[in-house]
Amino acid sequence: MTGLPALLDGVLVVSLVLLGLSAILVVVRLLRGPTGLDRLVALDVLVAEFLCGLVVYAALTGNSALVPVVVAISLVGFLGSTTVARFVRRGTDR
Amino acid sequence: MSAGSEDGLAATLDAVGTVAIVLGVLLTLVASVGLLSLPDVLSRMHAATKPQTVGLVLVVIGGALHLRTSVDVWMLVLVGAFQLVTAPVTAHVVGRLAHRGDGVRRDLLHVDELRDSADDVDPGPDDPEPDTTAHPSDVPGGRQEGS
Repeated sequence: MTGLPALLDGVLVVSLVLLGLSAILVVVRLLRGPTGLDRLVALDVLVAEFLCGLVVYAALTGNSALVPVVVAISLVGFLGSTTVARFVRRGTDR
Repeated sequence: MSAGSEDGLAATLDAVGTVAIVLGVLLTLVASVGLLSLPDVLSRMHAATKPQTVGLVLVVIGGALHLRTSVDVWMLVLVGAFQLVTAPVTAHVVGRLAHRGDGVRRDLLHVDELRDSADDVDPGPDDPEPDTTAHPSDVPGGRQEGS
């Protein structure tokens, strides 16, 4: 009876580690990206991965206190990326 | 008997939720590798939409199957629906800006439907008309850098 929940928790921990790894890859693109639009896309992906990490953490611990945080970050992330896209408007590709 | 079936149901929901989370996380990992290795802004956007929509929706479904209370499930549904609505908006803006700038490798495109519309005479929806009467003070940023 203890086999399956322990296995599922282990799988969730592994997926959190994989999320951290992919966030590192995205941060490399964010630092390296030649244009501002590359950095904007990388920042969007970073926000999405942060949301995924919060949801996985909530599923791992069974603690639902982080779910409103997920809602708030998804709203604010959209506003932030659209605002930055407005500022890299034209001529400022770098 | 009922307690046993309850436990079985909980274990099944946990297992299905974990499978969904793992699928979403693997998709996110693949998309991050693609974001690092693809050549230009448009193809990086192609990679970037995977964790933004499908990956996040899979992870959210998995989290909802794990948490299983009404408020949490509806909040997670809200997150998924909002991400599905807003990701195309950002992608549209970024793609249009990339086509205006030099974020597109034109030699990699098979079809460029925006080729005939010159980027200078196609203002964005919130751009003032680039009218023929010269108002150089109206466009402070771009024109100075372009010249």
